[in-house]
Amino acid sequence: MIWFKKDILSNGEESKSVKVPFGLWVKCDHCGEIIYKKEVERNLDVCPKCNYHFRISARSRINILVDEGTFKEFDANVEPVDALDFKDLKKYKDRIKSSQKESGLKDAMVSGEGLINGQKAMLAVFEFSFMGGSMGSVVGEKITRAVERGIDNKCGVIVFSSSGGARMQESILSLMQMAKTSAALARLREAGLPYISVVTDPTMGGVTASFAMLGDIIIAEPRALVGFAGPRVIAETIRQKLPEGFQRAEYLLEHGMIDMIVERKLMKDTLSRLLAMLTEKQN
Amino acid sequence: MYRHWLEFEKPVEEIEKKIEELRSYQTEGGSRTADEIAKLEKKAKNLLKEVYAKLTPSQVTQVARHPDRPYTMDYIQNMFEDFIELHGDRCFKDDPAIVGGVARLDGQPVVVMGQQKGRNTKEKVYRNFGMPHPEGYRKALRLMRLAERFNRPVFTFIDTPGAYPGIGAEERGQSEAIATNLMVMSSLKVPIITTVIGEGGSGGALAIGVADRVLMLEFSTYSVISPEGCAAILWKDGSKADLAAKALKIDAAELLKLGVIDKIVKEPVGGAHRDPQTAYKSLKTVLISQLKELNVHTREDLVELRYNKFRNMGVFSEPKRY
Ligand SMILES: [Zn+2]
Repeated sequence: MIWFKKDILSNGEESKSVKVPFGLWVKCDHCGEIIYKKEVERNLDVCPKCNYHFRISARSRINILVDEGTFKEFDANVEPVDALDFKDLKKYKDRIKSSQKESGLKDAMVSGEGLINGQKAMLAVFEFSFMGGSMGSVVGEKITRAVERGIDNKCGVIVFSSSGGARMQESILSLMQMAKTSAALARLREAGLPYISVVTDPTMGGVTASFAMLGDIIIAEPRALVGFAGPRVIAETIRQKLPEGFQRAEYLLEHGMIDMIVERKLMKDTLSRLLAMLTEKQN
Repeated sequence: MYRHWLEFEKPVEEIEKKIEELRSYQTEGGSRTADEIAKLEKKAKNLLKEVYAKLTPSQVTQVARHPDRPYTMDYIQNMFEDFIELHGDRCFKDDPAIVGGVARLDGQPVVVMGQQKGRNTKEKVYRNFGMPHPEGYRKALRLMRLAERFNRPVFTFIDTPGAYPGIGAEERGQSEAIATNLMVMSSLKVPIITTVIGEGGSGGALAIGVADRVLMLEFSTYSVISPEGCAAILWKDGSKADLAAKALKIDAAELLKLGVIDKIVKEPVGGAHRDPQTAYKSLKTVLISQLKELNVHTREDLVELRYNKFRNMGVFSEPKRY
């Protein structure tokens, strides 16, 4: 039995999964309650006791969000390539293989188009469980294509981020995805089409410092950790204690970095109303 | 004599020491000592050339961070004329980790900017070791928009370990500042030429690096994370930085192969710090010729070409689409 599943984010932070599996039950590591698993699932993977928003897969996210039967996936077969022949303690090739096997995805992103309460939008959703949602060439390419499709189809673009940052195994190529995606968004802006960035737990590094912070509207899920540098790196650099709630969604809202915090169950409704208000033709 | 010798330069240092020694009693030795000195000088120069011809990635990192290496302000003052420094982001403060202003290159008015490191302890702290806060990036952005408004080419110089990781930096939107620069630079309607002169540290470097031409000095580095940081995360051991430097492919030759940079600018034998005047002169020549090439394009074409350049970055595979 796994008590604590620890992921190492690409920025080196240890990301403790808060939902600890416990047979038919799960323990919410945020409030400590042991809850019936089915109940958590029915509640969109939000703790029914303390409202903690657990991480969810890209597929579940899309299911919650998109009108039934309207999602059309794009670029599902775009695959990562180990262009640098990168090897740390493990080969990048092997990391790709095992992540693909576990997730059933080619890389850390699912993208496509769909209707949100009847509003058409291009969607790009991170899969955090795939190498910590790190951004390499595939993620950058899929976001860029989603944005370009938004321009071609004259509809808005929504990106759900959940990522430790750039994928080190693709080194400078992953850094360049920041420029590539931001350049595409400049064109979307020029075309007068809306881009909504939804930041979920956690969104860090090169992802935050590019498309995630470029939304016409930026929405966060409750308590999501969002920042440039990881909290541990900052604490080591400045050698002082970080303020309470540092880099959490509530902290970002207070400091003017995001527009609002929206609970998962209200996300679909909020997004569709926003899209309508930004794209509706005036009489 | 250089005050700062690097570990791998030891054999050259030994010879240089010998030369110093001979010089100190040359008056007694006469022409025999003079011959000896000339011979040793030639030997030292050849050895230096040999050592620098086959630097490992982690050795290049050491040269890129060399304490005597010319910094942004040195390049600005020695390659441009009539530099007038401009300050502040008009929001919060002036960030000394990024300098910039207007100047002339070969008589032509231009806008220049770059990260600035400090030479001594006091200066290092003042410049925050070349690690900008959001204000620095917003100052850079303001200068780029100024350049666009007055139709002046932009020259940026990259030399930073990275954007500063601090509480204030996060609170005031380090991510937003970097992201906005990436977006605005991608569609700025004037030529942009970037030169990596030392350390190109991640997003904090790229934030002034979305350019029509990205040049790198021969012994500079550019990477998504420092070798030390990468080693600490992937090898779980910061002392494995040598391995990380190699794996990350951070030197100019590798980056040229990956298509991320456009040109390598040769440095004097043993690095720019050994002969700064030659380094300034050769970079200046390249900058002038690169600008001339870019000026051929209309502003609209320039933006289109820049978009395509970055649009095509990345390597992935995909079954043929029909
Ligand atoms: Zn709970």
